[in-house]
Amino acid sequence: MEKDFEYLEHTADAEFIAYGRTVDEAFENAALATAGLMLDPKAVKPTVEKNVELSGDALDTLLYDWLSELLYIFEVDRIVFAKFQVRVTGENGAYSLNAIIYGEGVEKHPDIFMHVKAVTFHDLRFEKRNNIYEAQVLLDI
Amino acid sequence: MVLDKVKKISEDIWEIPQDYKPGMNVPGRIFLSDKLMEGLESGAVEQTANIATLPGIQKYSMAMPDVHIGYGFPIGGVAAFDADTGVISPGGVGFDINCGVRLLRSSLTADQVRPRANDLINALYEAVPSGLGSKSGFLVNDAQLNEVFRIGARWAVENGFGVKADLEHCEENGEMKGADPAKVSKKAHDRGKPQLGTLGSGNHFLEIQMVEKIYDETVAKAFGLREGQVTVMIHCGSRGAGHQICTDYVKVMERASGKYGIRLYDRQLACAPLGSPEAQDYFAAMAAGANYAWANRQIISHWVREAFKKHYGPDIKMDLLYDVAHNVAKFEEHEVDGVMKTLCVHRKGATRAFPPGRPEVPLAYREVGQPVIIPGSMGSASYVLVGTQKGMQLTFGSTCHGAGRVMSRHEALKDIRGNEVKRELLERGIIVKAPKDSAIAEEAPEVYKDIDNVVDVVDRLGISKKVARLTPIAVAKG
Repeated sequence: MEKDFEYLEHTADAEFIAYGRTVDEAFENAALATAGLMLDPKAVKPTVEKNVELSGDALDTLLYDWLSELLYIFEVDRIVFAKFQVRVTGENGAYSLNAIIYGEGVEKHPDIFMHVKAVTFHDLRFEKRNNIYEAQVLLDI
Repeated sequence: MVLDKVKKISEDIWEIPQDYKPGMNVPGRIFLSDKLMEGLESGAVEQTANIATLPGIQKYSMAMPDVHIGYGFPIGGVAAFDADTGVISPGGVGFDINCGVRLLRSSLTADQVRPRANDLINALYEAVPSGLGSKSGFLVNDAQLNEVFRIGARWAVENGFGVKADLEHCEENGEMKGADPAKVSKKAHDRGKPQLGTLGSGNHFLEIQMVEKIYDETVAKAFGLREGQVTVMIHCGSRGAGHQICTDYVKVMERASGKYGIRLYDRQLACAPLGSPEAQDYFAAMAAGANYAWANRQIISHWVREAFKKHYGPDIKMDLLYDVAHNVAKFEEHEVDGVMKTLCVHRKGATRAFPPGRPEVPLAYREVGQPVIIPGSMGSASYVLVGTQKGMQLTFGSTCHGAGRVMSRHEALKDIRGNEVKRELLERGIIVKAPKDSAIAEEAPEVYKDIDNVVDVVDRLGISKKVARLTPIAVAKG
């Protein structure tokens, strides 16, 4: 695995492929790619901690829910995130996600440069290729 | 080559043949000049063709001249579905439900406003919270938020934000029927609550403009517009509430598409048959989102008026000319092959443009047709157009919604410096106020098509006609 994620160009929107040796890692990197569009995750001090629990019947829709949840928390709790510990369990038809996310109040980051507004189903995929999990997501910005 | 298959069938009209890809129920139509055709993205052609495969689509899957690639539907997409055999798709409305634009016409002239433009734009910037994740200066409670979802702009007017006449000069009277707050998730309530009365970020803005040119004196008179007059344009939508409603229902529809056996080329086209429980629930939630947006623009209008009155005294007039949605699905009566039918018309980055005589057009304008407000990109002109009968025949009474992007926000942020754009605009006499320079970069004039070219196409086609051209004096960017 050469890199954690990469951005693809798309008019008016932002798209990435996140990679992982495990499902958990791919979900973590997808979150990092999403957060990275908003600000430099290295500039965020992990002073706030939040738990996220989700369930779903497929990994791609679970990924959709996971990133949508982060955007919801960003707007409602006004927290920016930079560090993610994800644990996905279960098998086809019944998956659970438990995550701890670390971040900081949005007021500490007036320099946020892009507002990611939503996750789309366009191009959404989660699959294993050459032993690496790939999570491709197009975001509405 | 994808684009080779797109055939010019007459001036400004290009057709995607029905055999372009398997499963198309109708051909596609893209309205572009030869010049704009050069910039057409193959992805936008694919997306227009994909929509043509959805059940119950009528006549053509269409794209307006400001078309650009979206997800699922292209921006600039118009698709009408038969109420009995068709579908509704959240992706065909977009995330920012009832993103739209309204125009206030003032009794002031540019000569009166220019010398104080800097103070004014600062006052507007202070009065209307903007920028990323912006929070409102006032907070509604849960019961009030439900009313906002249910009755839209009327809630705002009943609570002191504006006057009754505003509601008469608003698409759907600012209150889309069939809205049900109970179909809006808790998350959408949570996101919507603190953001009511905020502009947001991205391409949203408040702009002080002047009427630079009148093209049609009769219609301009009916619209209350004259050269040299100052107008204020407000461009924003349903904020996090709309985004969450769309997020929630694309997922519901993704499942429904499978359940009802609808084959999708793109999962963002997820949809459900009109009349199904999923479709009914989405419509009720979407209408609530649309109402939220109308209330939002109504509240902001009130603050804009207050700021102007503080500077120019209480006697100045700032009437609402009109307010249009450009991301919405609506049930409308249209003629298809000589028969009147009820259709669910999806406009995603497209504006309704109804002709004289239609009952949906406010009484004040019914003899001349519906006002259509077209915002330009930052620093460029905007337009007021009027709806036509030709538009009813060609595009289900629809026209463009703006300039249409040519460069991604991502790309713009890398390549363009906001402070330089700001300086260039200032040299042209246009003041820009933004939360930060990057907000200017991502909306710089060069990331959009030339609005004049886009509007010329719809005017030549006759799907709406030019009434007035507005040029910016000062902009407060979200």
